Amino acid sequence: MNIKAQQRPAILTLVLVLFVIVWLFIAVFPFLWTFWGSFKVEADFFSKVDWKYAIFGVRTLVETGSSFTGSGYEGAWVTHEFWRSVINTSIVVVSVVVISLTLGTLGGYALARSGYRYAFWLLMLALIFRAMPHITLVSGYLLPFFQWNLWGHLPTTIIVMVAINQPFTLWMLHSFFLNIPKDMDESAMVDGCTRFQAFRYVIIPVMWPGVITTGLFSFLLAYNDFTVTALLLSQENQTMIPKINSFLGSTQVKGNIMFAVSAVVSATLPLFVLVMFFQRQIVSGLTAGAVKG
Amino acid sequence: MKHRTFIWFILPSLAAMVLFIALPIFSVFTQSLFVKHDKVLIEAEVCGPFGCKTEVSVDVAATAEIQKEKPLGKFNGFNTYTNRNHLAVKEVRSAWSEASSVAQFFGALLNLPFYKALLFTITYTFCVTPFVIVLGLFIAIAVNSLPPLFKGPTIFMSLLPMIVTPLVGALILFWMTDAEGIIGSTLQRIFNDNELSLKASKTLTWIMLMVYGIWASLPFSFIVFYAGLQTVPEDTLEAAMIDGANRWERIRYVVIPYIMPLVVFITLILLMDNFRVFEPIIGFSAQANATSLSWIIYNDLRGGEIQYFGSASATSMLTIIGVGLLLVPVLIRTWRDFNAKSV
Repeated sequence: MNIKAQQRPAILTLVLVLFVIVWLFIAVFPFLWTFWGSFKVEADFFSKVDWKYAIFGVRTLVETGSSFTGSGYEGAWVTHEFWRSVINTSIVVVSVVVISLTLGTLGGYALARSGYRYAFWLLMLALIFRAMPHITLVSGYLLPFFQWNLWGHLPTTIIVMVAINQPFTLWMLHSFFLNIPKDMDESAMVDGCTRFQAFRYVIIPVMWPGVITTGLFSFLLAYNDFTVTALLLSQENQTMIPKINSFLGSTQVKGNIMFAVSAVVSATLPLFVLVMFFQRQIVSGLTAGAVKG
Repeated sequence: MKHRTFIWFILPSLAAMVLFIALPIFSVFTQSLFVKHDKVLIEAEVCGPFGCKTEVSVDVAATAEIQKEKPLGKFNGFNTYTNRNHLAVKEVRSAWSEASSVAQFFGALLNLPFYKALLFTITYTFCVTPFVIVLGLFIAIAVNSLPPLFKGPTIFMSLLPMIVTPLVGALILFWMTDAEGIIGSTLQRIFNDNELSLKASKTLTWIMLMVYGIWASLPFSFIVFYAGLQTVPEDTLEAAMIDGANRWERIRYVVIPYIMPLVVFITLILLMDNFRVFEPIIGFSAQANATSLSWIIYNDLRGGEIQYFGSASATSMLTIIGVGLLLVPVLIRTWRDFNAKSV
């Protein structure tokens, strides 16, 4: 945009800047508040007397002798064995990402390169599948899984999540593959590669940015899932999010709510780090299907 | 690409989708036609010091036996769909004939669990979606006008509400809006009402859930619009300026038409995601005042000691039909576009 178009009255600039500041406050403040509060005792985190207690930790100082306490974290990680759920989540998330990407790159490549009409219909079908609320699908699995003794195990959940995330993965990788010129694989095939070799040795190396972006979203879908994991995993195989929910059931006892608060903060921190390092990929992923398509 | 190669490439992905998305829909439909077996009752004469009487008890072993033989339950046809917990045909009919006014009819209708959940789901979907689109566009325009130095950190902070786990985000806001949390107690102070609780009133709970919904999906529409704004051609903007269009007119007649396809895309995604609203209800423990279709399915499957597969499946089928209705306009439009392109 040229210089003249960027000139705007000072009052408008002020309004815009204020608007952004208000939005940022709304977006970030809840996280900061909860993070800070997770190091306090419950009487401070929920302080009716004065909201400043939560900042300075007045009750925390009285109850524990210091303004900060790690007792919430200790309760969650040690007493309630939150670490077990963390391990389960890691297993599920890593497997889901790897399998989703393997199936998705193959399928997305085929959809992007096939000029036939059925490729379009498959994409439409994937869109319809994408719209299915997950819980309706889960209610279809439960009874057969119980009958065949598949219920409660991590591998079952992993396969189910891969399948549920497949429509989204296909769409995203498909639109990334469309951006890679057809000439590349065609010239490789002229040189004597088979289709698969062209895909493996020519296309995949230039596809890494797209694969990483899609991998990030698969990660988020698997990490953030509650519906599938809450209903398909047994108690000992629980991942973090259902575990946090089960804390809530038992947290009416005084003090225990801080376990849930610290578990929530523990589960959110990896996501912060992720956004910090992969912001560019996330933004490009969100816009991949939209801006170009 | 040859058909044969295409099939080999797409096969693993397609197999996964057919096995775990298409087949479960059939499984859901089949399950919805069955209900739990009746319990096998045995009558036994029990004689005590005060005479004999017959007692009826459940024969656990025999019940388990039948359950094992026919795990689906007994065939019930479409009765589950029409019973009180789903479409409630009888209740709706009697409410219709008894109600003296339309308002009264709707009052009676909304006491039925399915219609209550349907109303919330639809209200949520159609309130949150427009707010997210309009506010997202405003934020995108505002951020776009910032100096480049501030754009990166702004986008980082803006992404957070969307990236964070829905249940966790809901919990964080739930704790803050608790009567003793910071937002809850501030509201009490502002309205000078110590009894004010966002959880107790139905309207306030609905508003709270929708505010959460807007908060959580705003980043998505913001980012997509922001990326779209980067591609608006400068020449057109300049031409509009030379023709005397003011700031607002440039947005209204150049920018908005240019990013209209994005609006369609965002609307589609938001409608699909909002229609399955579920985690916020769990996070806010709002089931007393607000239930969604997904929530009643969850409740049938996880709510109590017994799992009501038949009932959950019937609600699932009805939800799938709802999703279908929601998608019809989009599919027709896409189909038309596709045909126009290929001709």
